[in-house]
Amino acid sequence: MPENLISWSSLSPVTPEICLVVAICAILLIDVFAGDKRAGLTSTLTLIALAVSAALTVRYGQVTERVVLLDGMYVADELAFVLKLAAFLVVAVALLYSRAYLLNRNILRGEYYVLALTALLGIFVLVSANSLLTVYLGVELLALSVYAMVAFDRDSGVAAESAMKYFVLGAIASGALLYGMSLIYGLTGTLDLGQIAVRLNSPTSLGVIMGLVFIVVAVAFKLGAVPFHMWLPDVYEGAPTSVTLFIGTVPKIAYFALALRLLAQGLAGLTGEWTPMLSALAVLTLVVGNVVALVQTNLKRMLAYSTIANVGFIVLGFVAGTADGYAAALYYTLVYVLVALGSFGVILLASRKGFEADKLDDYKGLHQRDPLLAFAMMLFMFSTAGVPPLVGFWAKLRIFQALWETHHLWLVIIAAAMSVVGAYYYLRVIKLMYFDDPEAQIPPAVRSTTGVRLALGLNAAAVLVLGVLPASLLNLCARLIH
Amino acid sequence: MHGLLSILIWLPIVAGVLVLLLGDRNVGAGRWLALLGSLATLVLAVPLWSGFDPATSALQFPEKLAWIPRFSAFYALGVDGISMPLIVLTAFMTVPVVIAGWSVIEKRPAQYFAAFLIMEGLMIGVFSATDALLFYFFWEAMLIPMFLIIGIWGGPRRVYATIKFFLYTFLGSVFMLTALIYMYVKGGSYAIADLQALPLTIIEQRWIFVAFFLAFAVKVPMWPVHTWLPDAHVEAPTGGSVILAAIMLKMGGYGFLRFSLPISPDASRELDVLVISLSLIAVVYIGFVALVQQDMKKLIAYSSIAHMGFVTLGAFVIYEIVRRTGSVQGAGMGLDGAMVQMVSHGLISGALFLCVGVLYDRVHSRQIADYGGVVNTMPVFAAFMVLFALANTGLPGTSGFVGEFLVIIASFRASFWYSFLAAVTLVLGAAYTLWLVKRVVFGPVTSPRVAALKDLNGREFVVLGVLALAVLFVGVWPAPLLKVMQPTIHHLVSQAIATKL
Repeated sequence: MPENLISWSSLSPVTPEICLVVAICAILLIDVFAGDKRAGLTSTLTLIALAVSAALTVRYGQVTERVVLLDGMYVADELAFVLKLAAFLVVAVALLYSRAYLLNRNILRGEYYVLALTALLGIFVLVSANSLLTVYLGVELLALSVYAMVAFDRDSGVAAESAMKYFVLGAIASGALLYGMSLIYGLTGTLDLGQIAVRLNSPTSLGVIMGLVFIVVAVAFKLGAVPFHMWLPDVYEGAPTSVTLFIGTVPKIAYFALALRLLAQGLAGLTGEWTPMLSALAVLTLVVGNVVALVQTNLKRMLAYSTIANVGFIVLGFVAGTADGYAAALYYTLVYVLVALGSFGVILLASRKGFEADKLDDYKGLHQRDPLLAFAMMLFMFSTAGVPPLVGFWAKLRIFQALWETHHLWLVIIAAAMSVVGAYYYLRVIKLMYFDDPEAQIPPAVRSTTGVRLALGLNAAAVLVLGVLPASLLNLCARLIH
Repeated sequence: MHGLLSILIWLPIVAGVLVLLLGDRNVGAGRWLALLGSLATLVLAVPLWSGFDPATSALQFPEKLAWIPRFSAFYALGVDGISMPLIVLTAFMTVPVVIAGWSVIEKRPAQYFAAFLIMEGLMIGVFSATDALLFYFFWEAMLIPMFLIIGIWGGPRRVYATIKFFLYTFLGSVFMLTALIYMYVKGGSYAIADLQALPLTIIEQRWIFVAFFLAFAVKVPMWPVHTWLPDAHVEAPTGGSVILAAIMLKMGGYGFLRFSLPISPDASRELDVLVISLSLIAVVYIGFVALVQQDMKKLIAYSSIAHMGFVTLGAFVIYEIVRRTGSVQGAGMGLDGAMVQMVSHGLISGALFLCVGVLYDRVHSRQIADYGGVVNTMPVFAAFMVLFALANTGLPGTSGFVGEFLVIIASFRASFWYSFLAAVTLVLGAAYTLWLVKRVVFGPVTSPRVAALKDLNGREFVVLGVLALAVLFVGVWPAPLLKVMQPTIHHLVSQAIATKL
């Protein structure tokens, strides 16, 4: 049993969470006193808080080996450390991209930033969860913050509708998760994921399978795997674009961790049971995501289906059921987040006051209006399509490799065929930007600030550089899992 | 010279990026930079040829740097007698493309030149990679500039054509990738030499053969997956058509020689009838299709498909030759023919597309019916066009003759009917090419637009003149080309007829 007295030094792995909680409280207070007149202050403060927290995490939060803390509720390992740093970075960039958008729609308010930070806290809790309770706590903290963010533009009926849809369907998923956890707890008598893994090694009973099914459903729902994907396109389309950017990126890191901690670590003894379930989900997800994306006219909705298609690949990594498969899924997730950050960022930067830039046709001739945006978007689209020399290619390659190692011939063929189908709709975006002439009714370009454009340029450059020299990130992902 | 291949790959890419950065406002400087970049690459290709040791089949000019140690994938380059001539061809054909686009391209010229330079580097990368992952990396990356070239500077149906082009090639390539990964998982290496030595069961070989076949047959292109080519050629700007016909199609043939034959020799032996039948269909049926074309570019595109049929025929007829006669030398002749045909077709089809480009720039029509009597107003041009047309029909003394002749003789050893059907192309090729020349070049002047034509300017004359010299040189004296290929072809035959079982 861990000692009851908590010494400060033993808490150092919890630095990111502690920093974040302090930052949330401080920003909440400062925002109240600063009032609405100085709305920009909160956004600047949030970015500073993120930078400081990340720096403190690097200084104090680094762990060399797996440490279990807080009565076995919390685990700190290198994987969690890296995922948290990645989440810090992604949230900071997402908030940076969003600022002008929020300002133009009069929703640049302190609460938005606080919600983003609480969502991030939820992600951290999830990433470091070592107990079913912590998992659930993280999932709910993240989900509740995000529901509120979707509804943040209170004058928008669409946003309210999608928040409602998200909330109701999300509640069902949470119920499923909780029910599954209760079954597992009832049959094993422990909440600790490590203990569950030990006790579920023996031949399994029907009750355990029932619990497993509910947990798989919840994970599939959170990831957006077909047939539990219904919420995703509506929420992506209906939410303000800045929120779509947010929910399209960081939570994926958390849900990867959710799948990894629950299925690959806690229920590792049942790998033979859950891999067939996941492979059915993956095939459905790949087919539905790619095929439905073909006919979309709204870019946000198209990217939502593209997300679903990409989730199919992430799930395939889990289907392999090996350390290499999880490393591939981790790599795919990080790459996906990097590219999604950029592509939704382009939508944000292309939008103006009174112009959402969310229709595909709004991108006609973008190259002539704003070459940087068009070029960055082209890199993101080719990357998601999996064309070298961009990083998305290696992500697909890793998944194929993990599948071959476990002899999944048909999954390889389906995934390969579906990535060709997927290429079509990514090419269509490039076609609009580069081959078509701009339409007259699109408002003239308003350049966003240099800092934001620089961030987008770096984001695009990262996609290219990591594509040409992929070794470092590939190695990192493999090391984190092993 | 150490690092020569790396310089050949990266020099044009860096030049291309610089041209892109100069932008359309400084396009004057950009043009010169592009010309300088492509010329420098060509000049550097000369030591590649002169420093090449034609006595060995071993990889020369090798380079090896760690790239992705986890997958034991290396940035590994090297050339042998198959890849070296194709690299020189690539460096050679990019210069006329840059010159041909000099003042013709008005829309986003900087990007135009940048795209061709970057593509040149990537194509040289494809031919010089000795690591399968690096090969695939360049192979796919090449699609991006070509996609943009057809899509931005192409004709009215460019969007349809370019997306079709991209998806067709992507479909084939993805399956090749899965096959490569499979072999890596099995053998633990991406080095092409290791893949060639990897023992595989017949079942594995069949699957791998099919995956490679999808990728390379689309690229060649073979009937019935050729339909992207006429569309892409017709819609692409002149430079795009030239690179597509002269270099990109060769990658399919190169892939068959580098991957299919040595990696899956038993499956190739088993399925050679399939490839030979498809090749003969391409030669005969596509020849008839070419006969009825109304559009000059489409006609040359179909003629390309028919001529590339000789490449695949020459590559796969070796099994039948060995079965019938046991002559390894005879089999080598088929591969010799395939290689010469690739180089020769690169020169001739590139030149023909440049000729069409010359006419198109003046009249803005590709329809045969819009021309007639061009010889009266453009006598110098007409002389070049007739020369390239005759080369296309395989006239002795031009490069077109050597490749086709070698393949026909080789296939005669395999079966009379193979060579009979292949020889039909001599009739059909003459029919569609000469009829094209008759309708476009000769006869009375049919329209005021033709009457107003001006003959070649100095720029065009240099481009076509150099190509004409190259076509004649390879035709009259193919020995240097055959000599550099010989040991490699010999080695390839021994790999292809050995069994892995």
